[in-house]
Amino acid sequence: MLGFDKALGVHPTMMALRSRRAGVLAANLANADTPNYKARDLDFSSALGAMNHGISKNVRHVSTTRKGHIGVGSSDALGAELLYRRPIQVSMDQNTVEIDVERAKFMDNSMRFQASLRFLDGKFSALRTAFRGE
Amino acid sequence: MSLFRVMDIAGSALGAQTIRMNTTASNMANANSASSSIDQTYKARHPVFSQLVADFSVDEDPSVGVKVDGIVESNAPLREEYNPHHPLANEEGYIFMPNVNVIEEMANMISASRSYQTNVEIMEASKQMLQQTLTLGRG
Repeated sequence: MLGFDKALGVHPTMMALRSRRAGVLAANLANADTPNYKARDLDFSSALGAMNHGISKNVRHVSTTRKGHIGVGSSDALGAELLYRRPIQVSMDQNTVEIDVERAKFMDNSMRFQASLRFLDGKFSALRTAFRGE
Repeated sequence: MSLFRVMDIAGSALGAQTIRMNTTASNMANANSASSSIDQTYKARHPVFSQLVADFSVDEDPSVGVKVDGIVESNAPLREEYNPHHPLANEEGYIFMPNVNVIEEMANMISASRSYQTNVEIMEASKQMLQQTLTLGRG
């Protein structure tokens, strides 16, 4: 029996990661005018690498034992680490959001999301063809 | 699905930028409201933005929106004008004009409307992403 997870490959996880990253980038853009806000982003390559090696649960991070503790390099089940962006130029109010950079990254992210979607669509139609067996 | 959170985050930014636009409009409208004493004179108002941490219990998704912490009045010196014929002039013949810097306000307005636009586009993009996800596997 063919496993659906195997058939769909990396794309479902990619979509989950991409939609999470969309949230992080949207937060950066929303806080483009907030003093002292630090832009954040997901470390995609480490997330994917961890996923490929099946060690996504073993990503080390500072444990947060109480409500209100702030995790350093917090990671989720997908193994994606949230890091701080190193800005090209910091603004006077210590905000590290660069709108153009963030917008470019957001667009890049949504294009890649759509690419994953397209691949998944292809996989589904291939599966459907296989089920029909015409 | 965190794409729905994008809507919340962008929405919070829209709200904050609207408040910024409102204060700018009020500053511009009152740029020439004279008065006869320092206390009664309109002072330029500016919103202070801060991060809006949505929910501490959701620690796997720390992306945050933005909120307006408060509105502060500028403490820049007021413009004093010697104008004894003005109906609001005090005994010495002075009137007080607000400390609104119109050029600064214009720049603020442009910045606020650009930020608003950016966030609307983010909402639009995530709406498309969601819609395409909903039609997944139809083809």
